[in-house]
Amino acid sequence: MTERKGISRRGLFGAAGAAVATGVAGYAAHSALASEPSQAADNNGPVEFHGPRQAGIITPVQDRLHFAAFDVTTTSRDDLIALLKEWTAASALLTAGRDIGQYGAVNGPDEAPPEDTGEAVGLPPARLTLTVGFGPSLFDKRFGLAAHRPKALVDLPHFIGDDLDPTRSGGDIAVQACSDDPQVAVHAIRNLARIGFGRVAVRYSQLGFGRTSSTSRAQTTPRNLFGFKDGTRNLKLEDTDKLEQQVWVQPEDGPDWMVGGSYLVSRRIRMNIEIWDRTSLGEQEGIIGRGKGTGAPLGKADEFDTIDFAAKQSDGRPKIPADSHVRLAHPDFNKGAELLRRGYNFVDGSDGLGRLDAGLFFLAYQRDPRKQFIPIQTQLAKSDTMNEYIHHVGSGIFACPPGVTPGEHWGEKLFV
Amino acid sequence: MSSSLPRRAAVLGVVISLGALTACAKDAPAAKDDGTGPVSVQASDSGCDLSRRDVKSGTSTFSVSNGGSKITEFYVYADGDRVMGEVENIGPGLKRDLIVELPTGKYQAVCKPGMVGDGIRGDLTVTGDAPAQVDEDTLLKQATESYGRYINSQAVALEQKTTEFVTAVKGGDLAKAKALFPVARTYYERMEPVAESFGDLDPKIDARVNDVEPGAQWTGFHRIEQGLWVGNTTKGMEKYADQLLTDVKTLVVKSKTVKLTPLQLANGAKELLDEVATGKIGGEEDRYSHTDLWDFQANVEGSQAAVQALRPALQKRDAALVSTLDTNFKAVFAAVGKYRQGDGFQLYNLNAAAEKQLSIVVDGLAEPVSKVAGVIAKK
Repeated sequence: MTERKGISRRGLFGAAGAAVATGVAGYAAHSALASEPSQAADNNGPVEFHGPRQAGIITPVQDRLHFAAFDVTTTSRDDLIALLKEWTAASALLTAGRDIGQYGAVNGPDEAPPEDTGEAVGLPPARLTLTVGFGPSLFDKRFGLAAHRPKALVDLPHFIGDDLDPTRSGGDIAVQACSDDPQVAVHAIRNLARIGFGRVAVRYSQLGFGRTSSTSRAQTTPRNLFGFKDGTRNLKLEDTDKLEQQVWVQPEDGPDWMVGGSYLVSRRIRMNIEIWDRTSLGEQEGIIGRGKGTGAPLGKADEFDTIDFAAKQSDGRPKIPADSHVRLAHPDFNKGAELLRRGYNFVDGSDGLGRLDAGLFFLAYQRDPRKQFIPIQTQLAKSDTMNEYIHHVGSGIFACPPGVTPGEHWGEKLFV
Repeated sequence: MSSSLPRRAAVLGVVISLGALTACAKDAPAAKDDGTGPVSVQASDSGCDLSRRDVKSGTSTFSVSNGGSKITEFYVYADGDRVMGEVENIGPGLKRDLIVELPTGKYQAVCKPGMVGDGIRGDLTVTGDAPAQVDEDTLLKQATESYGRYINSQAVALEQKTTEFVTAVKGGDLAKAKALFPVARTYYERMEPVAESFGDLDPKIDARVNDVEPGAQWTGFHRIEQGLWVGNTTKGMEKYADQLLTDVKTLVVKSKTVKLTPLQLANGAKELLDEVATGKIGGEEDRYSHTDLWDFQANVEGSQAAVQALRPALQKRDAALVSTLDTNFKAVFAAVGKYRQGDGFQLYNLNAAAEKQLSIVVDGLAEPVSKVAGVIAKK
């Protein structure tokens, strides 16, 4: 047992194993990692965990998701804080591509269960990010947080057509794990859930593949399970001014503990893909408002061409139908409101009726859901012709605090 | 369980003092006590009166008389409910002795009428020379001795209750056999890891139908369970009843000589919770009778007994873990306690939300229990 720190899965970080132990619940230190350059462009490399903003929001979207919503089962505020400390320390190790715990997956005593579950041994960090958010239910009476609930963290209203399963909705705490390797993302959630036993319990979790948005101009626009490019006009990390306006909570918004954070809305959107697949190409394109091949707005040639909502066909009808998805969701028709989307496709096997249980796990970050997601979704739920092919079956809203510096823990400013 | 259960004094080997115990023991005056002899314990459905509450260090005898209408148990607990000694299965009107070695210190004397819950508790003080400082090796040795005593008391009660169950089956008393089934199993489920250490005994006694190899004969509790609940008759179950008693007697003999290591205790505590998580939650274990919650409770009790035995050693090495274990054992007992019905449990027909609540507390307990072995093994 000479190597007592979390073992690195990557030769590059072997030296970081010499970091000094922080004493936080037996987890190895990560301070040496803070100076490592971010390698976001490298699909194997780590994404820096520490910083003023949480990673996993504007980070170029990774290919895989494991999202978990937790119920807090302890009633002790101290237990909850202790858990957030342990989670933060473990997350710093996990995102660096290291085993958690003092001994990791294979170097511990024979008689004890391994601290790390081990399925990520030999895998690179794979750009793992772990992003935490707090749901409205955390701000009830249990932990004395009621006075700290942000006004923007509203209970989402019922939208027309919502068919929400309570067991796939809500949650006190959400953790979004994104990685380019599915096993790395699963490993992270599995180990965080394990650390949490007795204090939190997984309420639901969702695997996702095939990012449905890009958050950087360096990324191409991917396709959702309708076969269309999704997120062409998404907010991008390069749009720094717009991110301040649309994504990050500003000092004047308050509360203080959320400044630099963002609000996450999650929606499990089931697609009736078999029905969709029987729909003609022309109708599909009319519903979306874009060409299926190019992704260009109808009437234009290129994906990124400016959308002309005034353009008419020869018969006088608009080229982009008034009830198309792209028009209803467009900022021009939503008082300028935009969302930073980073959703994922999902296929959770089949539904027992011979159909795929498939759809989009929609994830959107924003500065204020009252001005962004809620009005946009109200309009979509009312008029979107796409509604015939989708239904929303799960929902969550979470306040994601700003990032942590080394030694800080998730939610530290909230629990002051 | 109720007072209608047979009082098979003959197999218990105890002294019956019916006359003196017809009155509620709570109201009876404490027996004369000169401060040196056995401590007399008057147990009832609502009381647990000791003739004195301080004894000298060394060997003490507690003579427990049950004047109540329910079967009771008597325990001497050290800190954190570590069992220093116990007598099980004291039927109404019966008297049994507990002989136990107690070092100087503060203890609790506890009666559990109906074998339920925290019991009726009172302080017990042991005075005398301060105990010599014991090293960790000694603590671990004491742990295995203490757990050995626990296993012995479970084995004795298992044989008694299985005998009653078998008698009811063979006597054609379907209702009584059904009532005794979960009671007899309680003792088995508490000591299951020990039974499992004897290879083929566990499958003979406790196999479920899907555990049996093709061509092999299915015997034991669950074979009889199927006859009683699905067939709704004792007929045809006689030979399985005989076989069960034979196997249980073999188990009892073997368990008296079993020597467990501290590590085996720790792993046994974990395995019992694995049993709960995989067999009881979901209602797989007792699929015909749906008495799974009895087994659930018994598995957790057995797990706790093993952890309690290790407690002094654990306390020295990882006090925080001990405190987590105490809290989380309580949480599990509280969760399953919601389904108490009389002296037993309601049938296992829980909805998904209720099952999830049980699963959450069991996971919450099993995780820290899985850490005990590593702490015990640490040099």
